[in-house]
Amino acid sequence: MLWQALTLQLGYNATLVTLGAAMLGMAAGATGTFLYLSKRALVSDAISHATLPGVVLGFMAMVAMGSDGRFLPGLMLGSALSAGLGLLVVTWLTTRTRLAEDAAIGAVLSVFFGFGVVLLTVVQVMDAGRQAGLETFLLGATAGMLWNEAMLIAGGGALVLALVVLLRRPMTLVAFDPGYAMGQGISLRAVELVMMGLALGITVVGLKVVGLVLIVALLIIPPVAARFWSERVGAVVAIAGLIGGLSGYAGAAISATAPALPTGPIIVLTGFVLFVLSLLLAPGRGVLAAALRHLRFQRRVHLRQGLLALATGQPVYEPLTLRLMRRAGLVRADGVATEAGRAMAARARLDERRWQILRSDPQFEAAAARYDGLTPLEEVLTADQIAAVDQGLRPEGAV
Amino acid sequence: MALELVGSAPQKHDDLPLSIRGLTVSYGEKPAVFSVDVGFQPGQMTAIVGPNGAGKSTLLKAALGIVTPLSGQVRCHGRPLAEMRARIAYVPQRASVDWDFPARVLDVVLMGLYRDLGLLGRIRGQHRARAMECLERVGMEGFAARQIGQLSGGQQQRVFLARALAQGADLYLLDEPFAGVDAATEKAIITVLKDLKAEGATVVAVHHDLATVPDYFDRVFLINTTAIAEGPVAEVFTPENLQTAYGGRLALAQMGGAAAG
Repeated sequence: MLWQALTLQLGYNATLVTLGAAMLGMAAGATGTFLYLSKRALVSDAISHATLPGVVLGFMAMVAMGSDGRFLPGLMLGSALSAGLGLLVVTWLTTRTRLAEDAAIGAVLSVFFGFGVVLLTVVQVMDAGRQAGLETFLLGATAGMLWNEAMLIAGGGALVLALVVLLRRPMTLVAFDPGYAMGQGISLRAVELVMMGLALGITVVGLKVVGLVLIVALLIIPPVAARFWSERVGAVVAIAGLIGGLSGYAGAAISATAPALPTGPIIVLTGFVLFVLSLLLAPGRGVLAAALRHLRFQRRVHLRQGLLALATGQPVYEPLTLRLMRRAGLVRADGVATEAGRAMAARARLDERRWQILRSDPQFEAAAARYDGLTPLEEVLTADQIAAVDQGLRPEGAV
Repeated sequence: MALELVGSAPQKHDDLPLSIRGLTVSYGEKPAVFSVDVGFQPGQMTAIVGPNGAGKSTLLKAALGIVTPLSGQVRCHGRPLAEMRARIAYVPQRASVDWDFPARVLDVVLMGLYRDLGLLGRIRGQHRARAMECLERVGMEGFAARQIGQLSGGQQQRVFLARALAQGADLYLLDEPFAGVDAATEKAIITVLKDLKAEGATVVAVHHDLATVPDYFDRVFLINTTAIAEGPVAEVFTPENLQTAYGGRLALAQMGGAAAG
């Protein structure tokens, strides 16, 4: 059943929902990257929690007007209005009072959410028969989702994604260097407004699938995971979109096989698995790669120190150094240097003395900055330059 | 002192590469810059000099519209700033930036071309070549593929200058370009700035090292919240003017040495 869900064989509706969730995840990952890079990710948590009163009030208004109350665009409109109000309050508190942004976020998040929960309880008491499972907006549900609802979600996601692609350059400039961006005539307020507007869009569109409690995770986890894989902002956006898309896709598919499970947590947990994989396995910034790099570096340092000790006839005590040198065939089991060991030690010693001369000579200042005790001089200077360094070497040759 | 200012900026004041009139900027209730009139001469290198908190950086930021002034007017070649953005290149302070940002050195220099590229214009070989040229001018071509956080402070400053060069502007505004950089960087930057001047560009830099003012710059603008004086180094960079700008914060002997050097 799970396999069928993942390969989109559970029927037309389930397929549409899965693709809609994937599109939403892609848009969320790409949008979230710019929130994360400008360190504003938590604002989206305030936005999402502030949607709840709007959802319930929207429902009440539609019921009062005699309709069913479960009309998704109506609920989205309500959630957008109250989330927009929450965003305004956060912005106002941050810019017009001395409150820091985190405090403003905490205040808005809890007050709006608390108010929403009260309203939800009122609805349940008032309208026990008809209360339309509004609590599914907390954690998301795809079971029984309608065709046009899925289309709305996919379309909304696609729109947000297109806007992110269109506005990536100003958003990049503002996130990296706001002062320079403004010097270029970019309005900081306009770009921030756009960024928050996109986050609001993701929240409103994702309300039904992911739920308002966890939508922030879909905005944050993909970029944080993607950051491990690349040092370029364009690639980070693309990878975050991919991770978000995969999370949405797999989460919705898994949820289709177990309709009782809320969709949001499954999507978020899928994203979390991808995050852990990135954290561990990414080359460069990943944890394993870093540990390996450190180990390799440590060995090179030990080997180099051992060779230098050998060259100057000092004893080597460090067990790790001795072990490494024995394994490389540089010393015999009894600690005496082999032919190869002596040759390499002499080379290391020469290299080190050349470096010393280079580092005391102002004309090599740029090259001297690359000294790390390990890099052979041949990798830094040309043969002619080394010959120039050796001019300083000869008088000291007897030392 | 204010008279000198008017005298050094004759009737053409408004046609200068950068002219500022009646500029007041205030964070809270205390003005950081108060009622400053100053014009920067074309094809010259001018240092903005003054004590800490004198409003040097604020003046630059207000000139660029980065902070909103309480009052005053900024014009570039006689036109409003908004029309002249393409001709102004700004090098902000290094500290203002997130250095762990996912960008390579070349990507940062390419940011200087974003204005030309527009929202969707593709970055092509010619743009990369132009960015590489700018990196060569500051001696950083060997670092193009490095993540920016791996650079030293001086190297980061040179990358910022390369980004400004990529814009192809003729007015360069630099905020403390020599703060916390190594000697090699300082030399590289001043060489580039002098080349720019030789090409006819106007350079204005916030500068904190009094000793190097006469070597590096043609003109000086002394400021301490209000404008003290603007003019050629030989005329304006005098112990008397420095005394006015720095007050008791600078020993007379030091100023004498700096001004003579």
